[in-house]
Amino acid sequence: MSAGFITINRPGPLTTVQDAGRFGIRRLGITQGGPADLHAWAWANWLVGNPWGSAAVEITLGGLELTAEHDCLLALTGADMQASRNGEPQPGWQSFTLKAGQRLSLDMCRQGVRGYLAVAGGFVAEPVLGSAACVVRDGLGGHRGDGSKLAEGDRLAFAGGGQARPLPVNALPDYAEPVVLGLIPGAQIAEFDGASLFEAFNRPWQVDTRADRMGVRLLGPTLKCKLTSMVSEGISLGAVQVPPDGQPIALLNDRQTIGGYPRLGTLSPLACARLAQCPPGSELRLRAISQEQALRDYRRFRTRFN
Amino acid sequence: MSALPRLENAGMDAWLVRLFDHIDERNMGWITALVRACEQAFGPRLIDLIPSYTTVLVQFDALILDHAEARRLLADILARLRPDQDEGEVPIKELPVWYHPSVGPDMARLEQSTGLDATRLIALHSEHTYRVFALGFAPGFAFMGSVPPALELPRLDTPRRRVPAGSVAIAGRQTSAYPQASPGGWNLLGRTSARLFDPASEALSLLQVGDRVRFTPVGKAEFERLGGDTTPMEER
Repeated sequence: MSAGFITINRPGPLTTVQDAGRFGIRRLGITQGGPADLHAWAWANWLVGNPWGSAAVEITLGGLELTAEHDCLLALTGADMQASRNGEPQPGWQSFTLKAGQRLSLDMCRQGVRGYLAVAGGFVAEPVLGSAACVVRDGLGGHRGDGSKLAEGDRLAFAGGGQARPLPVNALPDYAEPVVLGLIPGAQIAEFDGASLFEAFNRPWQVDTRADRMGVRLLGPTLKCKLTSMVSEGISLGAVQVPPDGQPIALLNDRQTIGGYPRLGTLSPLACARLAQCPPGSELRLRAISQEQALRDYRRFRTRFN
Repeated sequence: MSALPRLENAGMDAWLVRLFDHIDERNMGWITALVRACEQAFGPRLIDLIPSYTTVLVQFDALILDHAEARRLLADILARLRPDQDEGEVPIKELPVWYHPSVGPDMARLEQSTGLDATRLIALHSEHTYRVFALGFAPGFAFMGSVPPALELPRLDTPRRRVPAGSVAIAGRQTSAYPQASPGGWNLLGRTSARLFDPASEALSLLQVGDRVRFTPVGKAEFERLGGDTTPMEER
């Protein structure tokens, strides 16, 4: 299919263009951005034959409606937003064609929090500082280059080409399953008291309403750490920092680049992706894993996309 | 905890190199040397680096490097590390500042808390040469220190919802200038005409970790001539 445009009729509360993220300039205070759920984003691109890193649309909570100006091959993954194509139900996690003039509508999400819409050839967005990842707070990237989220009437260009691919068996996630997040214990782990450490890995945590692309607060047992604050230092994706109130915050794609709270450890990239689909109030558990295990899982995931 | 420097686990694809355990302006020659050495040794296997006051976070490409290998590379670098340059050789960057209550609404509070008049406060803030310890909070926002102890003022209890771009501020013994309008809880003393972050420029950020910086007081006319925005805080 050739290049063309789609028009946004209704953007939903927070819909943004995301490629793999902005790297190499975090020393200047510029955050990485990129898809909060790397897993669903990668599969959306894969289903329409796009290479790793192609720009797709991240839809938070749902509510998006768009019309194709030209024929296009699309795929929708992530949260179930009860999509319909010209009024007919459109299942997720598979590619489909939207013909010129046809409409795709998404309701509010039922399971999961974030949906990903990929188009064959990828959405065309001028990279800003090496990436099209939209970071609203920094005013960088996205379809306009200035960090804007999608708005009514916006036209998104797509490159076209590409080829439909079926989802491999076992690739479909079940967001209803109990959530267990792999956490690589960090350097300050010994500074937490024994009971706190036991509880951190043996009691359930609840996702707070304070959850966005910067970070997700977890509610549960109060974790006690001998260190209250530290000199600010660089923060990795998935770092679980514990402020003095003892309630951890897992830091995601739009996090600040440096911070000064002690850390329990770092969630694996796939755990971050899973966390990004957890709505407020949902329950999860933390499981300690080694760096090696996280790396093995990540490499296994990535081999399908290279 | 083992002695410094030390390598700390910072996730699947990152190590945190801890060089020091406290803030000191003399740290920065070592920090910038480590940044340069990592760029050379890791080359394309490097994803990102975040230098800060006492540490450098090193994120590597996990698809082509194991962290045991990354650790070996870092240990080699640390064994050979020497501080970057003599203090005297780092050029000083000057930020022109119009110190005035209309753009620096916390000046009065600072006068009250220190018992010093505005002239003396401005002299104290602008006579010192600061080092850039870290960038963060927002693109191009430089954490600089150390402000003379007499000027120490804790940050606001409630941050302002909008601090104008260019606002020059202090918090504790740190000082900075806001590259763009944003929420902020630092005490505002004036405004600089310098463009602190410019996505179109090659360096992107005017200030870099390790830089030496001075705030140069200018009058309103000179500030306007330099392109400074004199719109008072209240009107925004």
